[in-house]
Amino acid sequence: MSQGEIQLVVDRLEAVYNHAIVALHGVSLTIRRGEILALLGANGAGKSTTLKSISNLLQAERGQITRGSIHFEGIDVLRTRPSDLVRHGLVQVLEGRHCFRALNVEENLVTGGLGRGSSRVEIVQDLERVYSIFPGLKAKRRETSGLTSGGEQQMTAIGRALMSRPRLLVLDEPSMGLAPLIIRDIFRKLKSLNESEGLSILLAEQNSTVALQYADRATVLENGVAVLEGAAEVLRNRDDVRAFYLGERTVSDEGSVSADRAVDNPRAFETIA
Amino acid sequence: MLDFDYSFLAEVLVGGLLSGVMYSLVAIGFVLIYKTSGVLNFAQGAMLLFAALTFVSLVERGAPFALALLITFAIMVALGMAIERVVLRPLVNKPPITLFMATLGLSYVIEGAAQLAWGTQVHGLDLGIDDTPFEVAGILISKFDLFAAAVAATMVAFLTAFFRYTRIGLAFRAVADDQFAAFAVGLKLPRIWATVWAAAGAVALVAGLLWGARLGVQFSLSLVVLKALPVLVLGGFDSILGAIVAGLLIGATEKLAEVYIGPFFGGGIESWFAYLVALAFLLVRPAGLFGQKIVERA
Ligand SMILES: Nc1ncnc2c1ncn2[C@@H]1O[C@H](COP(=O)(O)OP(=O)(O)O)[C@@H](O)[C@H]1O
Ligand SMILES: [Mg+2]
Repeated sequence: MSQGEIQLVVDRLEAVYNHAIVALHGVSLTIRRGEILALLGANGAGKSTTLKSISNLLQAERGQITRGSIHFEGIDVLRTRPSDLVRHGLVQVLEGRHCFRALNVEENLVTGGLGRGSSRVEIVQDLERVYSIFPGLKAKRRETSGLTSGGEQQMTAIGRALMSRPRLLVLDEPSMGLAPLIIRDIFRKLKSLNESEGLSILLAEQNSTVALQYADRATVLENGVAVLEGAAEVLRNRDDVRAFYLGERTVSDEGSVSADRAVDNPRAFETIA
Repeated sequence: MLDFDYSFLAEVLVGGLLSGVMYSLVAIGFVLIYKTSGVLNFAQGAMLLFAALTFVSLVERGAPFALALLITFAIMVALGMAIERVVLRPLVNKPPITLFMATLGLSYVIEGAAQLAWGTQVHGLDLGIDDTPFEVAGILISKFDLFAAAVAATMVAFLTAFFRYTRIGLAFRAVADDQFAAFAVGLKLPRIWATVWAAAGAVALVAGLLWGARLGVQFSLSLVVLKALPVLVLGGFDSILGAIVAGLLIGATEKLAEVYIGPFFGGGIESWFAYLVALAFLLVRPAGLFGQKIVERA
């Protein structure tokens, strides 16, 4: 599979929880190999639901896909078990990190290797690789994960995902609850993995400022619908779009973003994209 | 009070601790399954009965001890895996009460099947260890109790090593810790559940033989689950260490209460005293001695 080829296609996805609460009304997005796509949107927009669908984890949360399809490198995701998706190179870092709190840091990492079915030798190699990416984890390898800091837990969760040697890494709000310096550190590591190894990354973020700084492209969700998508660079400079869709106030006109102004023409962005 | 008999106290205490081991043995079977799938497997008692009954019936039909043990072991492992596959896997993601009800129904099915296959008469089970007491430092100890404790200790050591040092053991601990994360990481939950049910089947075999040797192999053997419940409440449903410590505690307090308080109640308090202790404890620490505290997410 060469650079730039389409790797993941989500097509008009509709999802409900408990057969009642509609969370997605038709979400489409694509990821090309080697790119970073940011999935943006306010709280409750449907980011996590979209990501869980992509890893086929929705059923475990009592959710159902009612329409649409997802294909990863030609595989029909919705007919593939999560464990098989991991083996095919698609792995997710869940919202809230979800480290195995009672296991130590290294054991957490090893579970990622078990998920892929790695041999002992491969696990040893991959541990070294993760430790070279996150040297801080090596020092804490014997510590109970639940007792490490939020940033360390996020690195553990990312490291655990890397242990399965993914080609597409999906991250749900990696910046959540972390200090700005740690967020920057983590995003730089992700960016360098993306640049050096061509690892594709799909990341959901409410923190659009950070996400747009590192992403190549972005798709914006609003109430379960993908409302626009385009180059991150363009979106970064469109304060009106961010104010309208992402509920952000811009630094330049703090407090003065009126609904009128925001409605002006944010959708014009779609044509730019 | 001057002539209080301390060696008698020690004897009661040791006897209580050793009988507590028997409770722990049953409780561990529950913990294994509860930890990984959140199911309170009420059928653990029926599995225990099934194991003992199968073993006794094989021996009575002329199978040598070791062969009978091996066959029963194989059957219990297969039974555990079959239960996981046929009953529990289709109920995945259903509420815990549904799963509990399923195991409740299952216990009747297993008991029925056991009796259909092996009949309803009471069997004696002789493991070849006589129950004569012998003296250590002036205290009388039952040889059988000591044997049971040694078996239990071996089993726990084996389980601990298994969970600590094997890949499937690590996967088990991961699932027990955070099932959703384990699923997302790509661990094969059905395989882990099958292993755990197989292990629970093996534990039921060990407990069934020891309890069967003590009480005789009969229908009421499945009621030893009622002895395990207070242990689980006290020790926490998800802690093997808790099951051991709580088993010892309950065994000891039960015997001490029987001997020193019992006479004031006209005896027979052994049957409900454990529940009293468990209830009192429940009010103070609902998660049990070693049960996982509900930790808020950082
Ligand atoms: N497990 C669930 N059960 C029921 N409704 C849910 C569940 N998870 C999410 N939802 C609902 O689905 C919608 C989208 O949620 P989510 O995908 O978590 O949004 P985001 O990640 O963008 O904050 C919200 O309205 C939310 O309340
Ligand atoms: Mg979310």
